[in-house]
Amino acid sequence: MLDMFTYSFMQRALVAGIAVAIVCPAIGVFLVMRRLAQYGDTLAHVSLVGVAAGVLTKVFPMATGLVFSVLASLGMDWLRQRYAKFSELSLAIMAPTSLALAMVLARSEVMSYLFGSVVTVDNEKLYLIGGLGLLVLAVLLLLYKELLSVSFDEEQARVGGVPVAFVNTVFMVLTAMTVAMAMSVVGVLLVSALIVVPVATALQIARSFRGTLTISVLTGVASVVVGLVVSYWLNLMPGVAVTLTAVAGLLLVLGYKRIAGIEE
Amino acid sequence: MESPLVQLKDVGFGYGPEPVLDGVDLTVGRGDYLGLIGPNGSGKTTLLKLILGTLPAPRRGEIRLFGTPAAQFKERWKIGYVAQKAASFNSGFPATVEEVVMTGLVARRGLWRVLTGEDRKAARAALEQVGMLSFKDRMIGRLSGGQQQRVFIARALVSRPELLILDEPTVGVDVQAESQFYQLIRDLRASMGLTVMLVSHDIGAVAHEVTSLACLNRRLFYHGSPDDFGTEEQLCELYGHPVRSIHHHHH
Ligand SMILES: Nc1ncnc2c1ncn2[C@@H]1O[C@H](COP(=O)(O)OP(=O)(O)OP(=O)(O)O)[C@@H](O)[C@H]1O
Ligand SMILES: [Mg+2]
Repeated sequence: MLDMFTYSFMQRALVAGIAVAIVCPAIGVFLVMRRLAQYGDTLAHVSLVGVAAGVLTKVFPMATGLVFSVLASLGMDWLRQRYAKFSELSLAIMAPTSLALAMVLARSEVMSYLFGSVVTVDNEKLYLIGGLGLLVLAVLLLLYKELLSVSFDEEQARVGGVPVAFVNTVFMVLTAMTVAMAMSVVGVLLVSALIVVPVATALQIARSFRGTLTISVLTGVASVVVGLVVSYWLNLMPGVAVTLTAVAGLLLVLGYKRIAGIEE
Repeated sequence: MESPLVQLKDVGFGYGPEPVLDGVDLTVGRGDYLGLIGPNGSGKTTLLKLILGTLPAPRRGEIRLFGTPAAQFKERWKIGYVAQKAASFNSGFPATVEEVVMTGLVARRGLWRVLTGEDRKAARAALEQVGMLSFKDRMIGRLSGGQQQRVFIARALVSRPELLILDEPTVGVDVQAESQFYQLIRDLRASMGLTVMLVSHDIGAVAHEVTSLACLNRRLFYHGSPDDFGTEEQLCELYGHPVRSIHHHHH
């Protein structure tokens, strides 16, 4: 049944998919808790402009996408800190504007980034995804206690002497890296699904923050593995299959809790 | 002689053109228990935030913490803080009581270091102190307001601070919990030699507990022993209208 994974392109897809599935929900837990889930989505759209710029200038598009994503994250963080009114509305305007701009610049290449292309992950992409994934994961673990404290109560963290501005900036850069690596696999339109849906599932089950983080990551990985198999069988786009699998998982948990009569 | 833990000299501050604090002189020495009272909008929280360093430096005057100018003061863990409306955090946040208390150790442990078993022990000890140890694995959002308040006090205590700052800690807490709260502060002062700054609107209860009282309404109207305070005139001056005198209150 799993002989599909004897093909080397499917093996690469699996490794890249799992890397993305670990990092996206891990970042997602902190984004969701800080009510910044929309940031991931907007960043992904803005990076498209970077991808398009890479296509036009014949530079590796994933790299230019990464650069754009990091710059955009720093810019949005700067705006967020200076303007209280920099809100969901601004984010919601930036996303489609970037998408439209990217489409004008490089239509065909951008299209492949919209829904992702797991099965076209070559070695170059795989190394970049793997490297970014390890880097993001390592920094995330090292800053775990600061991120938890700042997410729970930013003012209290600041009062206690946690370097909040530093932690926030590093976190935004990590988010940008995550988005850049994820969009080439699951695609721009589905990045936020992988950032948010496993977290929503974990929130239904977990009874601690550590548990939420663990269950989010496990759910994410399961969604990617099952999603890849399903996409192969049903000939669906991988990102689409992964997203629907993740949502099915969430519905399953919600349904089980309902039937078992577990009250919130 | 040891320098005071908090020293404000002629402090003036405003968010905009209007002054919120004006010419405030205030000293808190080791072991003091200061009650800070004043009407809504009188600048109490602002004063605390200036001490805590979450506002820009004051326009006028000087703030020293443990003898160091506030801007240079780095040992923030020496000051524990429980904010007004501490329960305004996201009540769906999926953290246990123990995880929340351990966030109080983050800065003391320092960047790039992980919290250890020793830190977990410290968190449990702080929870024990506030009588919440049996709740350590509960989700923070599933506690009552008064219980959350205790957990936040434990978080403020876990870094073994020398000064504890509490902004209206007994709002929304029932009478029994309120007297338990004052008992807790008494115990902490006795066991840890803690210095305490407490903001409250309950003049009667506060005057009964503290070793010194400060009355703020943009300016500092009174700073001294609670026993010498409480004439009708003083309260009228502070609040601008008659307030029930503290001598009618029985604890
Ligand atoms: N972030 C802010 N920006 C602008 N003005 C503010 C801000 N915070 C407080 N103020 C103003 O400063 C004044 C003092 O506010 P502060 O919160 O210090 O009062 P308080 O004594 O703590 O009142 P309360 O008893 O209601 O808690 C008020 O007039 C208030 O409107
Ligand atoms: Mg206040």
